[in-house]
Amino acid sequence: MMQRLHKTFTELKKEGRKALITFITAGDPDLAATCDLVDVLVAAGADIVELGVPFSDPLADGPTIQAASTRSLAQGTTLKKIVATVKEIRRRTEIPLVLMTYYNPLYRYGLEKFIADACAAGVDGLIVPDLPLEESAELRCLAAAKLAVIPLAAPTTPDSRLAEIVAAGRGFLYYVTVTGITGTRTTLPAELAASLDRVKKIAGELPLAAGFGIATPEQARVVGGHADAVIVGSALVEIIARHGATAAGRNELGERVRALRHALDG
Amino acid sequence: MSQKEGIVALPDARGYFGAYGGRFVPETLMAALDELTKAYAVYRDDAAFQAELKEWLATYCGRPTALYRAQRLAAELGIREIYLKREDLAHTGAHKINNTMGQALMARRMGKKRLIAETGAGQHGVATATAAALFGLECEVYMGEKDIERQAMNVCRMNLLGARVIPVLSGSRTLKDATNEAIRDWVTNVGHTHYSIGSVVGPHPYPLMVRDFQRVIGLETRAQMLEIGGRLPDYIIAWVGGGSNAIGIFHPFLADDLKMVGVEAAGSGIASGAHSAPLSAGEPGVLHGSLSYLLQTEDGQIKEAHSISAGLDYPGVGPEHSYLRDQGRVEYIAVTDDQALSALRLLCRTEGIIPALESAHALAGVAAMAARLKDQIVVINLSGRGDKDVATLAALDLKEGK
Repeated sequence: MMQRLHKTFTELKKEGRKALITFITAGDPDLAATCDLVDVLVAAGADIVELGVPFSDPLADGPTIQAASTRSLAQGTTLKKIVATVKEIRRRTEIPLVLMTYYNPLYRYGLEKFIADACAAGVDGLIVPDLPLEESAELRCLAAAKLAVIPLAAPTTPDSRLAEIVAAGRGFLYYVTVTGITGTRTTLPAELAASLDRVKKIAGELPLAAGFGIATPEQARVVGGHADAVIVGSALVEIIARHGATAAGRNELGERVRALRHALDG
Repeated sequence: MSQKEGIVALPDARGYFGAYGGRFVPETLMAALDELTKAYAVYRDDAAFQAELKEWLATYCGRPTALYRAQRLAAELGIREIYLKREDLAHTGAHKINNTMGQALMARRMGKKRLIAETGAGQHGVATATAAALFGLECEVYMGEKDIERQAMNVCRMNLLGARVIPVLSGSRTLKDATNEAIRDWVTNVGHTHYSIGSVVGPHPYPLMVRDFQRVIGLETRAQMLEIGGRLPDYIIAWVGGGSNAIGIFHPFLADDLKMVGVEAAGSGIASGAHSAPLSAGEPGVLHGSLSYLLQTEDGQIKEAHSISAGLDYPGVGPEHSYLRDQGRVEYIAVTDDQALSALRLLCRTEGIIPALESAHALAGVAAMAARLKDQIVVINLSGRGDKDVATLAALDLKEGK
């Protein structure tokens, strides 16, 4: 049901607002807690929730999300159980839900079966960080209009390639703000605003979301000035690493998301 | 094109060997892989580049390496003739230098100032550090903490050669995790850094490029066999971790009428689950940039491998081996830690050669197949020397009260 994504971006655009996309690792500290943490994210003003599927070898991720994956896997989290959790979350909210997963768990699940199960559960989109354009044709073909296969672009992506990525992309374009892995940064690249403006032109109608390294409300505000959406992950996962899903953890998570929301809405 | 010639012509333009290979990496690396693919396409056919590489391999690395007829070993195993391709005699003590010289020369021509590498046993790390020292490049090597402990001598060698060894504490603290960290480094520093991958694994063009740099082993073996006996061998046998030494000696013979056997590490035994034998007991999947046989769970998580040999302690294998397995062109078997140790001792005793624990797996494969090989002429790729494993062996002797 990628309509939910489309509807969110259309409404925000009408209101002149930017989307806040929040990432947490599913199953950290456990899958029951994930449902509650999504409630917190929604109540605090997130527009889209991205759930990370833990993988043993997350090579695009920095230490924070690596550690979250390890905690989640230790609880016995699997892609199958995450799909079941999404079904649970869907009983509570209509917020667009996107799964971020490395390719191997998906490949093992079976692409066709996964798309059927994920759609039935209420997943709206899929981000696969180790599946570039050249390797994603089968997944995109099977997903068709049912599930948005959200493409990634990086500072190293040439413009001609970016146009091909955009043409094949659905949902939104995930622009990786730094040449590097996930994780909070105290400073973002000086040329980021100019890069986002250039990418935005090529992205056309496909909403542009910027992620990797964005942690603070101030960073979100600046990046939001040049993109349709801002993605925050490691900064939220760090809170869960410290407090789990305790009341203190939920409070701090909610406060952080509200602060990000406030900064984006100006 | 005949079926055999078709096999030799792979990979295709997208880096596929049949269903295996490809490029499963973050978008950040795609431009660098395109650049590398284009550069390699030029250097592969560039006479000046190939001549320079050949010159370094001859004058610096000691190539061609000897093809030695091991008569006492053959007598002991009851096999007609055994020849050892003595890659242990190449500079730095293993076949790994063939690849790192090629990659470092390319990196230099592409204007990259820094080399990074992953290493398990430390042989590829040493070989990369060596090439970096020779060509004045900065070098950092990722190595699992567990491997740093069991391969202390190679850590010392890398330090002497001016490389920085970065301990990897994540996951199983072995080669798989060192590879993850090296890829993360490359994603971050892709502009000025060349990632010198140590085996025929990773995204296209690495499985092709590393194979081509290792083909020198098989090309020399062919010429040497023809010179010695005027004929090709009946069998060629090599160990398979990532699979670079094996593909290096197999590839120039793929279209010939002879048998090839790849030997994986069965560790404590395939049934125990503690092994490193994806071709014997794994399923296809994606790790470190390519689709190939893998040790993994039902849910697609990568399993930890086990082998007494650090160079074999890896849950994946090069995509070309997966293809050759499915085609039935190469037979893959697995031998245990104990079989490898016995074979190591046998070679020491009969021929006065201490092989690397990795190479001992190839010898153990031959020992296991001895009845079948009775009337055959066999070439074994003796990929490296065993000095680095002496501490491991001494600790085992101590444990067994020898």
